[in-house]
Amino acid sequence: MAASVALRCKGWAFVAPALLWTLAFFVIPFLVMVMYSLWQRTGTTIVKTWNLDNYASFFEKSHFLAGLSNSLEITLLVTVISIVLAYPLAWIIAERVPHRWQRLALLLAILPFWTSYVVRSYAWLLVLSRNGYLNQSLLGLGIIDTPLEIASTRIATVTGFVHFFVMLLTLTIYANLVQLSPNYRRAAADLGASGLQTFWHVILPLTIPGVMVGAFLTFVLCIGDYITPQILGGNNELVLPQIIMLQITRRADFPTAAALSIILMAVITIAYILCARWLKMERT
Amino acid sequence: MILRLKSLGMAGYLLLLYGFIFLPVATLVLFSFQEGRFPIPPFNGPSLKWYQAVFSDHKLTSALTNSLLVALISSAFACVLGFMAAYGFARYRLPGAAAIKATISAPLTVSYLIIGFGLLVSFNLIGVSRSLFTVGIGHVVINTPLCFAIIYASMGDHQLNIERAARDLGAKDWQVMLRVTAPMLMPSIIAAYFLSVTFSWDEFIIAFLLSRFDVTLPVEIWSLLRSGLNPKTNAVGSVVFLISVVIVLLLEFTIFRRGALRDRQS
Repeated sequence: MAASVALRCKGWAFVAPALLWTLAFFVIPFLVMVMYSLWQRTGTTIVKTWNLDNYASFFEKSHFLAGLSNSLEITLLVTVISIVLAYPLAWIIAERVPHRWQRLALLLAILPFWTSYVVRSYAWLLVLSRNGYLNQSLLGLGIIDTPLEIASTRIATVTGFVHFFVMLLTLTIYANLVQLSPNYRRAAADLGASGLQTFWHVILPLTIPGVMVGAFLTFVLCIGDYITPQILGGNNELVLPQIIMLQITRRADFPTAAALSIILMAVITIAYILCARWLKMERT
Repeated sequence: MILRLKSLGMAGYLLLLYGFIFLPVATLVLFSFQEGRFPIPPFNGPSLKWYQAVFSDHKLTSALTNSLLVALISSAFACVLGFMAAYGFARYRLPGAAAIKATISAPLTVSYLIIGFGLLVSFNLIGVSRSLFTVGIGHVVINTPLCFAIIYASMGDHQLNIERAARDLGAKDWQVMLRVTAPMLMPSIIAAYFLSVTFSWDEFIIAFLLSRFDVTLPVEIWSLLRSGLNPKTNAVGSVVFLISVVIVLLLEFTIFRRGALRDRQS
């Protein structure tokens, strides 16, 4: 008995530093943020009376609600397009590329992943801007007469996001496909299924959980991102993180920013609950 | 014939997607060698003058040093915290282990914007001024769960016997951890370290919210963006890309290759 208590204490000593760090610099700051969201800012001072006015104003002011619906629309669009583009790519790499080239093919497919996040959005601006690469090529080929206005629109934001998440999803879906046992395919073939039938009725359903994990990851990272919409989407059709940053940097309205942050977290939590039954990760 | 068409279609799809994936990076790198003042077609060059401009820009070079310092030091902290926690959970039975694990992993599920903002208001409340130090604290918060997850996943029971042997031979607990367990787990510890270095090195929003006078490279690049399209931004972006790719390739050809070899042998 005494020995097991001593053992426990030793175990605590190993776990404690990480736990204390997380409590001090993550859990407590989160509680401070909740506290701020219940305070008000009037003029330049913060009034420490507790009420839900900041949350009420979210539902009253149309530009806050518009920010949330912009965020949701862009995120859902990005998630769907990215999966549709990444799945065939991952499948071709896993099933059709010779085994010894697969690692290289995968490494190449995610190489631009390692450019700086800020720089990657800027690089898309180079391609999509009025005088950019895309417009110049299309004008040169005579496909269009006047340059397309893509930069500073939702299309640019979606393009930048899809680029990032196609790489991420290709990686996760590939990992999912290669760990499937070849016996499934053999069994389907023995039972007379064609290649397409095998894919549709066997391979695809087996990879759905992995795809859902990737989709959830895409949703979380996309809806919380500030950089891509700010650089590529500009100041039209603001998304929620842009509105939060405006409150912080321009207006120094920490209480409103805190309330909006908690609403953003609530949206992510709802998304988690909706996909929870798919998100049974192997190692938890 | 149908088969031929099918594989042609697949090759076309591969080409299209790889083209899409590489288009922005290729444009970025190509126009970093632009001779003129704008990184847009037509390309005239090559010229290294924008690289020269980057390396003679004091603000950019000191931001680069700041970024490296914050990344290397905060990742070391995150790795030590993550490794110790992984060791504690794998080797001792703790009451409430599931709840503690969930707490330590929680920052993985929250947007960086919210983590950074929470720290900002908290530091504000207790009067801590923003600096590279506070940025480092934020980066340890986001990277500790990552290091913990990677190292914990590689801790199996097969190392237990060796640890028991060390204990039987009189090693103390911390000696077992440092001189037996840590060397056995070195590949995953190094992988966790370099992954968090790249994450910290590239992190923008926490660094932006928590820094003031001394800033990290992504924040400095951000303020460079206000001048619009500029080949200098292309040059600094290409340098960052090169550094990250070198780190990734080093990892690929040292640790992971060795790990793959060992897996095959066993």
